[in-house]
Amino acid sequence: MGNYTFQWRQAFRAFPEMLEGALVTLQISILSMLIGVTIAVLLAVGRDAKSRWLRAPATAWVEVARNTPALFQIYMAHFGLGSFGIYLSPYAALLAGIAFNNAGYLCETFRGAMRAIPGTQLRAGRSLGMGQAKAFRLIILPQMFRISFLPTTNQMIWAILMTSLGVTVGLNSDLAGVTQDLNARSFRTFEFFALAAVIYYVIAKAVMLGARLLAARLFRY
Amino acid sequence: MIEIENVHKSFGALQVLKGIDLTVQRGEVVSVIGGSGSGKSTLLTCINGLEPIDKGRIVVDGTEVHARDTDLNKLRRKIGIVFQQFNAFPHLTVLENVTLAPRKVKGMGRKDAEEIAVQQLSHVGLADKLNVYPSRLSGGQQQRMAIARALAMSPDYILFDEVTSALDPQLVGEVLDTLKLLADEGMTMICVTHEMSFARDVSDRVAFFHKGVMAEIGAPDQIFGDPQQEETRQFLSSVR
Ligand SMILES: Nc1ncnc2c1ncn2[C@@H]1O[C@H](COP(=O)(O)OP(=O)(O)O)[C@@H](O)[C@H]1O
Ligand SMILES: [Mg+2]
Repeated sequence: MGNYTFQWRQAFRAFPEMLEGALVTLQISILSMLIGVTIAVLLAVGRDAKSRWLRAPATAWVEVARNTPALFQIYMAHFGLGSFGIYLSPYAALLAGIAFNNAGYLCETFRGAMRAIPGTQLRAGRSLGMGQAKAFRLIILPQMFRISFLPTTNQMIWAILMTSLGVTVGLNSDLAGVTQDLNARSFRTFEFFALAAVIYYVIAKAVMLGARLLAARLFRY
Repeated sequence: MIEIENVHKSFGALQVLKGIDLTVQRGEVVSVIGGSGSGKSTLLTCINGLEPIDKGRIVVDGTEVHARDTDLNKLRRKIGIVFQQFNAFPHLTVLENVTLAPRKVKGMGRKDAEEIAVQQLSHVGLADKLNVYPSRLSGGQQQRMAIARALAMSPDYILFDEVTSALDPQLVGEVLDTLKLLADEGMTMICVTHEMSFARDVSDRVAFFHKGVMAEIGAPDQIFGDPQQEETRQFLSSVR
């Protein structure tokens, strides 16, 4: 205690390397959101479907994704699937795990948004001669998008932070992985992790700010 | 011409329409009055095929609404409907609300659709609100926008379901004036309404619904001045 001397120069020298890691982090989070949003829309439709064969798997997905630790979900994608002969690289396993988690949470977000839109909106569209799909796309979807915009942004930030769990399955190219490697080589633990934390913080804040600006442009009603 | 023949309709065990017969000619204005729960709204949603029926048939210009091979999306282009809740599309401006269906259903170009929309919105007195979002409009304005939205599809018939019931009393007049204007122009209309003086002044015929049955139909003078059925008399004295 007390005889650890801070040495920031080494950490700052590694800064470009960490920024490269941050790009990988951002890439994984964006991909996991794209996959997550797509699956979430399908799950949202599936959870309210008439067929039990659609409802049951959709419900199971949502239940597991929301009620088990994200760490386990990523472990399952990496080691669990390995037991079935499916081997995912650390990158793919992390992406799959986070996308799985995103889909579960976003499904409920989208379902809530759908419920907030009165059924009379769809009826009004149908009355004007639109088919079910057209009325959904032109009238329901844009309103859903607005209602779920902020929760979806929050999920994006959560996804960014979840990527740091990649080190547990051996990913060393993202920000957490790069930081971990630097730490192992130098033992400047505090400096590297503090710098990494600042980078995570800045990314998260930038995403939130970007989302706010986008929302102000998109939603003028 | 709208021909309604022996239409029956139930929701589960609840019989809502028990054999309705009614023919509405082109250019005619028919008002439908009656107590709440008597099946008036249900009849309107059956006419444009939003609700299936259990028995009987509804024929609009020779097309049977509930026939299997009827293209309802196409049929609905000629039957406008305006609801009690205005159902403005909140994410679209007034102009976009009105151009949406002409563009996306009829495939009209933006310019043509806007021309029609501006014309219809001027007609209902909203020419100065084109680029405003519905949340900035009063209830009466939203309802007039909904009427313009229906009119922009150039329907041959319009069904009105208690279009003034959700409005503050001081806003009822402006919407009724719009309906009168349409009636004077020869639009074929079925108006479910609680506004007895409107029904009396504007309609060619008034139908009284009671518990899923059309208990009486006739000229306004006869229905209001000399009702033949006991239920009609009771209903009229209860609303006066
Ligand atoms: N979608 C529905 N499901 C079940 N019952 C309904 C539905 N729509 C209407 N009803 C019932 O049918 C009856 C007639 O309703 P409605 O046609 O709305 O009457 P009105 O417009 O004359 O007040 C009411 O008892 C109402 O509760
Ligand atoms: Mg009603």
